Amino acid sequence: MRVAIIGNGVTGVAAALSVRRLQPDWEIVMISGESSFHYSRPALMYIFMGHMSYKDTKPYEDSFWRKNRIDLVRGWVSGIDAAGKKLIMHERDSISFDKLLIATGSKSNRFGWPGQDLGGVQGLYSLMDIRLLYENVKGARSAVIVGGGLIGIELAEMLHSRNIHVTFLVREESYWTNVLPAEESRMINRVILEQGIDLRLTTELKEIVGNDSGKVRGVVTSKEEFIECQIVGLTAGVSPNIALAKASGINTGRGILVDWSFRTDTPDVFAAGDCAEIITEGEGRNLIQQVWYTGKNQGKVAGEVIAGRQSVYDPGIWYNSAKFFDLEYQTYGTVSSAPVSGESSFYWEHPDHSRSIRIVTKDGAVCGINVMGLRYSHRVCESWVAEKRSLDYVLGHLGDANFDPEFYEKCEAEIIKEIRKQAA
Amino acid sequence: MEENIVDYDFDEETLGFEEPEKAPDKPLGTGEKLSLAVLGFGILMFALQSMGMPPGGTWAGFLLVFLPVSLGTALYFYLSFKGTVPGIKHDNVYFRGITARGSLGWLVGIVFTGFYIALYWFPEYLAGGIRIVNPLSLALSGSPANNWFFYGFLYTVAVFVFGVRMFMKYRNNRYQKIRTASVMFFQLGFAFLIPNILMLFNQPEFYLSYFWPLKPEYLFPGTLSYFVNHPGGLGMFLVFWGAVMTFIATPLLTYYFGKRWYCSWVCGCGGLAETMGDPWRQLSDKSKKAWRIERWVVHSVLVFIVVTTILLWVNSATSGAVFGEASMSLKKWYGFYIGAIFSGVIGVGFYPIMGSRVWCRFGCPMAAVLGIFQRYLSRFRITTNGDQCMSCGNCSTYCEMGIDVRAYAQKGENIVRASCVGCGVCSAVCPRGVLKLENGGTFKDRFSGSDKPLGALIDSLKHV
Repeated sequence: MRVAIIGNGVTGVAAALSVRRLQPDWEIVMISGESSFHYSRPALMYIFMGHMSYKDTKPYEDSFWRKNRIDLVRGWVSGIDAAGKKLIMHERDSISFDKLLIATGSKSNRFGWPGQDLGGVQGLYSLMDIRLLYENVKGARSAVIVGGGLIGIELAEMLHSRNIHVTFLVREESYWTNVLPAEESRMINRVILEQGIDLRLTTELKEIVGNDSGKVRGVVTSKEEFIECQIVGLTAGVSPNIALAKASGINTGRGILVDWSFRTDTPDVFAAGDCAEIITEGEGRNLIQQVWYTGKNQGKVAGEVIAGRQSVYDPGIWYNSAKFFDLEYQTYGTVSSAPVSGESSFYWEHPDHSRSIRIVTKDGAVCGINVMGLRYSHRVCESWVAEKRSLDYVLGHLGDANFDPEFYEKCEAEIIKEIRKQAA
Repeated sequence: MEENIVDYDFDEETLGFEEPEKAPDKPLGTGEKLSLAVLGFGILMFALQSMGMPPGGTWAGFLLVFLPVSLGTALYFYLSFKGTVPGIKHDNVYFRGITARGSLGWLVGIVFTGFYIALYWFPEYLAGGIRIVNPLSLALSGSPANNWFFYGFLYTVAVFVFGVRMFMKYRNNRYQKIRTASVMFFQLGFAFLIPNILMLFNQPEFYLSYFWPLKPEYLFPGTLSYFVNHPGGLGMFLVFWGAVMTFIATPLLTYYFGKRWYCSWVCGCGGLAETMGDPWRQLSDKSKKAWRIERWVVHSVLVFIVVTTILLWVNSATSGAVFGEASMSLKKWYGFYIGAIFSGVIGVGFYPIMGSRVWCRFGCPMAAVLGIFQRYLSRFRITTNGDQCMSCGNCSTYCEMGIDVRAYAQKGENIVRASCVGCGVCSAVCPRGVLKLENGGTFKDRFSGSDKPLGALIDSLKHV
């Protein structure tokens, strides 16, 4: 039995390890055109800034793959012959399989902006993008970043570390307000400005203007302002990378359509991670999850299913984390960006704006927690949400969740006081 | 599939990623320029005075060298970090030759190594420097400076000057600030002032912060009889202190706090590694192979010093009837190869090549003892915050002991490793708040994953 996996990102790797664990004798082939070995995609920024070498971003030693008998193939898959059970490879022999997992990840969104194909315009997702950025920073003095999400702020930090002046265009009235409540978002605005980034809120990209040699010369904003720059970062989100699956006749929507066990409509072909769209029968919108953790968890379950288990993906209680320059953020459960009826939101912020916490309750039970500049325990917060604990219980046990390093200033007393006041 | 992507065939393994082009840096501020000029003046003074120019050998000469050198460097660190937003910045660490084994790094390594070779075997080459610190030695210990006093003084200055850098670099992290203050305190008081002042009062030169087996002679029969026969009660106290620290304090404190109570809070070797060594912490080898070598070498050194100590005692009890001169030559051998070459020349000299903890990791018998306690009988562990790890590798990269922290964190397991000195930097650099150093309520609940110590020990023996 041979399992082929397209993509060596976290989803592909998690799946490969699941298969290996359950099926010690199966052949596993993992294919990537991007890199010879699995590396941590979130660490791309650290390579560019000189925090880490490329080698340091590889979560496993190179010998790990041989030891676990996972065959790595460096190359691009140009087509899937599902009926003939083989992968057509670019400039190499095709690879046959018995079962196939497509874990091709995402690609950066481009919304048809005029000039988006000019030299110097790019997204940030892959090693290819990093290579491109190496080219694009040559001689560059200023950059414009479009799209106020997590990748945009990472790209801003990267360019800033090369002394390139960054103008950050955010369509909304504050950074990442489609996800974060106004107060948390405001904290990040402050951090961005403090770094010397030119943050332009409620400003959209209208047009990218090129010079005679086809390179970026500047952008025109929705406010009809011309901003000179040599680099334009397009970081307005990502979409499932489905081109290969679609061209090969596998059923796709926005992503590759799969059930809760990551089966596509094609027998023995599976898809998981960023590229997958889980069909949610009668439960509203289909589910597309595009963060590291979901990629890892989906891959793990997909691998189990491929290995013959009856596993079903349970998205569980949402969690995520990020770092905005030096400000850390963690979220557990459901915290809406804008007040939702039936929910109550309680918020504390340190007077110096370095830390904050938000606790959201619904029907008397805590349903979500945001922390900024504080570290809180995943397991503890998750159990509060899962067990539908009351606000009173959570406040009474708030110290249990603190995960800050030793000797850090403890803010729980003030948090409890402030939130009790708000709840009264 | 897009054709332009299919064309991509960059070999990241062999070519890697060099430094990307950078827009010009802001010119140095006036304060930074001034502090470098002050440092330069101090170095010039040192050069002139060590060649015999006046006022070398006087207090004025001493101050003209070391005030500008230490204040100039400290001020430079202060100002260069002050202009940045608090938060750990490792920008360009892998692009600068000095921190990434470039030619400047090798040069510094050669200078350090050369200094240690001179210190141990050719102290006459340090005579110029020794003369400059002579007034301080006379004032502190009542005797003229020698190469060891000169070394101890430079060591303390380095811990303090680079301590300022630590305070600035980690100024958003209280654990790091308190820990840095602690190593500065123990270096100045316990490893520099007290031993010298003891000498001033005609007492034995004793380092209260070093114990057997790091300072093996403190439990050698010759040293003990010297202390016991020393007039006044202090000698007896020192014997008592050494025994209590080795046999009672070491296991007890390690049980409650892990080996960090010593290695990254008290020890002078650790103190230098945690201050002057910090810029090179990322150079430690993280491979499994390095780990295997580490376990063999460090435990061999421990066995060696235990055997040497036992033989010396047997020899002393039997008046040399059993081993004759053999135990003495073992002791000399240890002093030369381990004490001098390993802990000095390689330990510090190789900072810019092998990272800041080469000695602590591969050589220190004290670290080996503390590590055994930490692994099997300690409440200390580094915990992982649920499933929040995204495998970026900052923790492993900046672990000075070469522990692949990420290997545990990405599985959601606690980290309970013999070599961990508890510096806390993995936790500090983690961009997702995943790691936390903790003293738990018991030693039994530390192993969340498959990494049980007995199983791991058996596994490691299979490699023999």
